[in-house]
Amino acid sequence: MIEISIKETTRLLPIPEEATLTKSFSNIKPALSAGEAMIEASRCLFCHDAPCTQACPSSIDIPMFIRQIMSQNPKGAAKTIFTQNILGKSCASVCPTQVLCEGACVYNDMNEKPIDIGRLQGFATDYAIENNIRFFQKGQPTRKKVAVIGGGPAGLACAHELTVLGYEVVVYEAHEKAGGLNAYGVAPYKFTNADAAEEVDYVSQIGFTIKTKTRVVAQTEETTSSSDYHTVLLNDLEKDYDAIFLGMGLGESKKLGIPGENLPEVQGAAEFIYQLRKEEQKISVGRRVVVIGAGNTAIDAAVESAKLGADVQVLYHRTAQDQSAYDFEVAHAKAANVKFCYLVTPSEIIGSQHVEGVRCLQNEVTGVDDRGKSKINPILGSEFVLPCDMVIYATGQEKQVRFYHSISGLTLEHGKILVNPNYQTTHPKYFAGGDCVNGGKEVVNAVAHGRDAARGIHRYLLGEKN
Amino acid sequence: MADLKINFAGIIAPNPFWLASAPPTNTGYQVMRAFEAGWGGAVWKTLGQPIVNVSSRYGALNYKNDRMMGLNNIELITDRPLEVNIREMKEVKERFPNHALIASMMFETKEEWHDCIKRCEDVGVDGFELNFGCPHGMCERGMGSAVGQNPDVCEKITSWVMEAATKPVIVKLTPNITDITKAGLAAQRGGANAVSLINTINSVTRVDLETFEPMPSVNGYSTHGGYCGPAVKPIALNMVSALAAHPDFHLPISGIGGIETWRDSAEFILMGASSVQVCTAVMHYGFRIVTDMITGMSDYLDSKNMKAIEDLVGHTAHRVKRWEELDLNYKVVAHIDPGTCIGCQLCYIACEDGAHQSIALQEGTRVPAIKEESCVGCNLCSLVCPVDDCISMVKVNTGKEKLVWAEHPANPHQIAAIH
Ligand SMILES: Cc1cc2nc3c(=O)[nH]c(=O)nc-3n(C[C@H](O)[C@H](O)[C@H](O)COP(=O)(O)OP(=O)(O)OC[C@H]3O[C@@H](n4cnc5c(N)ncnc54)[C@H](O)[C@@H]3O)c2cc1C
Ligand SMILES: Cc1cc2nc3c(=O)[nH]c(=O)nc-3n(C[C@H](O)[C@H](O)[C@H](O)COP(=O)(O)O)c2cc1C
Ligand code: SF4
Ligand code: SF4
Ligand code: SF4
Repeated sequence: MIEISIKETTRLLPIPEEATLTKSFSNIKPALSAGEAMIEASRCLFCHDAPCTQACPSSIDIPMFIRQIMSQNPKGAAKTIFTQNILGKSCASVCPTQVLCEGACVYNDMNEKPIDIGRLQGFATDYAIENNIRFFQKGQPTRKKVAVIGGGPAGLACAHELTVLGYEVVVYEAHEKAGGLNAYGVAPYKFTNADAAEEVDYVSQIGFTIKTKTRVVAQTEETTSSSDYHTVLLNDLEKDYDAIFLGMGLGESKKLGIPGENLPEVQGAAEFIYQLRKEEQKISVGRRVVVIGAGNTAIDAAVESAKLGADVQVLYHRTAQDQSAYDFEVAHAKAANVKFCYLVTPSEIIGSQHVEGVRCLQNEVTGVDDRGKSKINPILGSEFVLPCDMVIYATGQEKQVRFYHSISGLTLEHGKILVNPNYQTTHPKYFAGGDCVNGGKEVVNAVAHGRDAARGIHRYLLGEKN
Repeated sequence: MADLKINFAGIIAPNPFWLASAPPTNTGYQVMRAFEAGWGGAVWKTLGQPIVNVSSRYGALNYKNDRMMGLNNIELITDRPLEVNIREMKEVKERFPNHALIASMMFETKEEWHDCIKRCEDVGVDGFELNFGCPHGMCERGMGSAVGQNPDVCEKITSWVMEAATKPVIVKLTPNITDITKAGLAAQRGGANAVSLINTINSVTRVDLETFEPMPSVNGYSTHGGYCGPAVKPIALNMVSALAAHPDFHLPISGIGGIETWRDSAEFILMGASSVQVCTAVMHYGFRIVTDMITGMSDYLDSKNMKAIEDLVGHTAHRVKRWEELDLNYKVVAHIDPGTCIGCQLCYIACEDGAHQSIALQEGTRVPAIKEESCVGCNLCSLVCPVDDCISMVKVNTGKEKLVWAEHPANPHQIAAIH
């Protein structure tokens, strides 16, 4: 067994220069020029009952908006997009289009490059946002109030649609800025803080209130330390509002439950990325970073560490075929020099004051389980230590179960809030959508939930009156 | 937001986008789907005495990767019984009372015309279109373009129709004629309320190089068919402008020919049309394309601070002049933007071999240089350049007054023309 001691000074890398950061975190889907957009739009076949639209979780009429770009009507194109998906801007940048719309484009069946739908969508939405063209107004006042808990994609989409439907809406957001994981989660080479802020402004201009730095809590004891941040009691919201939408996303990264986890250079991926986004990438990482897990969040954390200068190893206990990260994300990581180490389970993080390495066990594949994933068994005596200076664990996120338990009658399923097709929970006054309902998917799923939940709330409140 | 509603020769429609008389208006089912999708009007597939159609019927011109730049057909008028068409027109009018429904017709005798007009008016159609344009099959029987090509017959039949019709009558003109204004004026003399143009253009699309068959082939043989689609737009625009600018012609014009987007529509309207009709684009992509036409047109009118379609009508018509009226002292030369040039040198070879040898290649760069002294300002290089706005045609100040041919020293009749 190898034990390596690392010199204090080499442990953390300096924060890269501004110019270096700008370059390494530059957008991986740069904007199309008007000419490029025209050429790409002209390729679209305008399919009937288009497979791309069917594959879009928010059902954007893709052939229509592309045709509108082709006919040099970017305003009409933006309207087509925003009518279905008011966060069309972020979706254009962050959607995994390869497995959604672009993956379904009929050009794939001709072995030709699918239409660049994401960037065309970005072209149209940017046009509307940059020219501050708005398509929706506050609806006829219903004199009813709805509270939205969480200012992420689900909450914003819900608040927007409710405002169109004539409700008075207040969004409660615990963090300093609204936007949810668009502001604090997705990779900055897809969507920057400036992009996120611009989108929140555009969406909220319709006239709903966002109370940032305001966490909704179940009990008074859960007060925050900083005077700048506030708490609001859920009970009070229940009294003041006619309905409540829960769009709270997920919780902290799941702990690994192995020794050494409390060392200072051990971090959850969600927390690491939060910090990265908050500090606009001006953070330091270990010289050698080990990322545990091989989902999309793990890959993001690995790529981001690599862009900050680290040597990065991703550890995954099963095989490459079993990892949940998308192939194109893995390819992106490999292009950024991230190394992958499969069939390895970490058993301990070693180091006295600081992280010095990860003790691992090699696994072997013994078969396939009923979900089609490899069955694995640790190989006896295969223990080894992977030296490193920082560990990021990315094996999923907790759900905010304790909070949900404080709502009487709310049913959870594996920690996810159970809803009916109207996105109504088992407590009639509460609706929910986004990651807290689906357990963590994409921004576009959260937007579709939020939009449809608003319509569900509308039906519920109309029904209540009649 | 601009109002797209129009009053075309007394026919009210929610917007100027109408379906042309053709397969998309074969049935009530289709027309209702079209109205649901947003079309403002529909001209029913031409009614007439029973006919039989051939199989196959259409041929197309593809240009490189683009399908159906031009479409050709050897189809005739409706092949469904008149009673069925009339019954379905009634259903459409009942369900869509505010949309424009126009009956297209083509008959031989005055009695036939009168009878059909009566039956159509009884079910509530908003107007008539007289098909004097079909270039195949019907003209051989003395109908269609055989009428459109003979101004006297056109005038006479129009006047027959006007005796019976209480609703507005549109005469649809054939482009298979030397001077479209003769036909338009004949329709006007006959008392028509409006004209529409163009119908299809005589054509044979293609020859199969393996079998030597002309296309579309009916068991090895073909016939001259009617050409339409994007390729015919310039021809249609020219004919619309000729009528719109004619001093003696005063009827509203419904523009047809190669229209696919709001931009095409706007061009026809600027040229003098006050409604437009579409066939090929719908045959290619379906009724849904009208959404882009509606949103695009309404945004365009807004951007021009115009409130209604009529504000846009005809602004360009008077700018299409006779050649002799153009200013011979006006001059432009090509200018290449080296920043966007990709160095393909298509402009160079086009000018060198195909025009005026006014572009030079340069040492050390692939960006060509314009020889301004010899550039005649023909536009060719800017047309072949694959990069948008890379070659622009820049006005040169010649310091000379406007000079037209009549006054030009090179004109042998110059003195006579001035004095
Ligand atoms: C690292 C990472 C990368 C990702 N990358 C992508 C990507 O590239 N593309 C993509 O489509 N998706 C990506 N996702 C997924 C995507 O971000 C989420 O699916 C989406 O943001 C879910 O939206 P939401 O509104 O449900 O939740 P969130 O975005 O999590 O928003 C929930 C909001 O609620 C607030 N909140 C929570 N509790 C309270 C409370 N008690 N009181 C007040 N406010 C509260 C939170 O602060 C947060 O702002 C990524 C996720 C992660 C973690
Ligand atoms: C298959 C086909 C059938 C047509 N049949 C008729 C007809 O019955 N009556 C008529 O007036 N025009 C007919 N047309 C002509 C169209 O109405 C229209 O004038 C022409 O196609 C030009 O418009 P477009 O370029 O939009 O297709 C037909 C065109 C096509 C392609
Ligand atoms: S599937 Fe592809 S080609 Fe067809 S409409 Fe969608 S983007 Fe266009
Ligand atoms: S388009 Fe329809 S009617 Fe025409 S050949 Fe194809 S299947 Fe037959
Ligand atoms: S055609 Fe246009 S892009 Fe090509 S060399 Fe000439 S100027 Fe440059």
